Amino acid sequence: MTWILIAEQSLNGLQFGLMLFLLAAGLTLVFGIMDMINLAHGSLYMLGAFLAASLVQATGSFLAGVLLAIPATAVLGMLLEVLVLRNLYQRDHLSQVLATFALILILNEAVRLVWGSDAPLPMPASLSGPVELLPGLFYPAYRLLIIAVGLAVAAFLFLFISKTRIGMLVRAGASNREMALAMGVNIRVLFTAVFGVGAALCAVAGALLAPLLAVQVGMGENILILAFVVIVIGGIGSIRGALVGALVVGMVDTIGRAFLPIAFGAFLPPQFASAAGPAIASVSIYLLMAVVLFVKPQGLFPAR
Amino acid sequence: MKNRFVLFILALGLCVTAQAASKVKVGFVSTLSGPSAALGVDIRDAFQLAIKLNGGKLGGLPAELLVADDQFKPDVGRQAAEKMVKLDKVDFLTGFVFSNIMLASVPVAFENKTIYVSPNAAPSPLAGKQCNPYFFVASWPNDAYHEAAGQHATNKSYRSVYLIAPNYQAGKDSLAGFKRFYKGSIANEVYTQLGQLDYSAELAQVRAAKPDALYIFLPGGMGINFIKQFVGAGLSSSIQLLTPGFSSDQDIIRPVGDALLGTFDTAHWALDLDNAANKKFVAAFEKEYKRLPSVFAAQGYDTALMIDAAVRDVKGKVEDTEAVRKALRAARFQSVRGPFKLNRNQYPIQNYYLRVVAKDSQGRLVNKTMGTIFKDRGDAYVEECPMK
Repeated sequence: MTWILIAEQSLNGLQFGLMLFLLAAGLTLVFGIMDMINLAHGSLYMLGAFLAASLVQATGSFLAGVLLAIPATAVLGMLLEVLVLRNLYQRDHLSQVLATFALILILNEAVRLVWGSDAPLPMPASLSGPVELLPGLFYPAYRLLIIAVGLAVAAFLFLFISKTRIGMLVRAGASNREMALAMGVNIRVLFTAVFGVGAALCAVAGALLAPLLAVQVGMGENILILAFVVIVIGGIGSIRGALVGALVVGMVDTIGRAFLPIAFGAFLPPQFASAAGPAIASVSIYLLMAVVLFVKPQGLFPAR
Repeated sequence: MKNRFVLFILALGLCVTAQAASKVKVGFVSTLSGPSAALGVDIRDAFQLAIKLNGGKLGGLPAELLVADDQFKPDVGRQAAEKMVKLDKVDFLTGFVFSNIMLASVPVAFENKTIYVSPNAAPSPLAGKQCNPYFFVASWPNDAYHEAAGQHATNKSYRSVYLIAPNYQAGKDSLAGFKRFYKGSIANEVYTQLGQLDYSAELAQVRAAKPDALYIFLPGGMGINFIKQFVGAGLSSSIQLLTPGFSSDQDIIRPVGDALLGTFDTAHWALDLDNAANKKFVAAFEKEYKRLPSVFAAQGYDTALMIDAAVRDVKGKVEDTEAVRKALRAARFQSVRGPFKLNRNQYPIQNYYLRVVAKDSQGRLVNKTMGTIFKDRGDAYVEECPMK
């Protein structure tokens, strides 16, 4: 019966990893191409979830609500870039961190004013049960949907970045911004577009995760930290790195929560194991990051 | 509406400040936002209901209720408590839902000799060695529901039970309480992060362990998410879910719905408890807020009644803290839980009931009382309390 457990935990890790990838992809592009630390990326995830909650309620359809929330968040993201963040590109990282941290506080309070501190976003009833994937292997239908969407978006992004003209400009910007500028790339429009794509990916993650978790003010901060861990592990500016990093973080976190307490129980007395297991599990991904930084300081797939 | 009420009371207070103890000031700090807000909101609403039914008074004095949100953060809670105790000089402090936030905040009240009446959190340290003369519990000791659940699991002769709780003081108290009365084997004992919302990894482990029953202590939003995901994973058909009373009460029933049918839980109070005070409370709460009260609401209501009785018994002399303490200790009021008394550590001695989630005559999901698990149960720590 252990293969069922391993299969189920792998799917859990994959699901979590793919959602982290959606957040990390936008973050790594903004960081890699514009050399801009955007702490407010998590706020776009929150905005996406709140917009989805309202739009699902307004349209009465989960699909329509989520599909409308994605472009709406992208527009908000681009507005944010044009009005505020554009002025920060020339500043040093400290100013960017301070300014975007202020944005987190402002957006949190703005959302509280508009929606209140939380909003309901129920799971579609048809997806709320389990599916039998293989004999004996049950998995929640909604989590399967998340995995499917995550894989589709990852494939789309890969094709978009590696096969299209815009994707080429993005890659050029990530590997050498000055050279791309010198070759006459309209960097302003490119930056705004990249920001919009990042915001749209945030909205996909926020809207999909909301029925499983909760739509609430401050939901972006915790996951933002994980997204930064992902891009540091994967290598800044690299979509491939973000994907690998996100999957590794998702797996390590799931495995840590599931198996570390058991592993500790095997060779420690129970009172230590029950204290050490959860504590180590909750820092396992940071330990992983420390190891990666020690072995490959540029991350697994450095862009430049 | 609430603000206007407070303003009115404030204005009333300003007119008559010349006399001593012309009003009673109560500071209320609780978790009023985020996924676990329903708990604090129920306590607050019931507390305000009790004042309203009393004609805006507590113990014959006009009541002023100052409300603040701790945002589920110990530092924010402590700040609010500090302001209320030192600046607003409240006569009573109350409100906290979560033990960790309360433990960070109540020392401010204790240092200032301000009485804290707990409408919920009642952790083990304050029941035993660190029992405090300014700490009163109107709810139940942290372990109590879990001890009753453990006794129920023993009565049902479950062979193996899987335990899950968040990794903090109340989580540890809860599972210790369950194990104190459960005689079968423990399939596994898992501590998750406080505030965790995704339980996929934990649920996969539960499925693999195949226990007879699963006991969870996951208050507020954690429980809502866990139970939804438990049902979504298809585990509810093969594993009996046991919860403490608050994890399958009205605040959880509303978002989770029919998935909870048939869940057994344990509590010191139930909607259908047959006493006059409870009937009045349930009817008034439903009329005022258009929803059924949860066990948290019952605790908030009892907290207000307990303060009301104490202020009445000292004839409004709230500045005489020693007299107020004696009156609180006597707890002379008709509680919605039926008769109870306070132990020498100022924690209650009371009955605990087995309840099941079922449909009532109107088709609503409610908890029905199935029987009494403990009669006049105190707590396991009172022997260590040096107070007389």
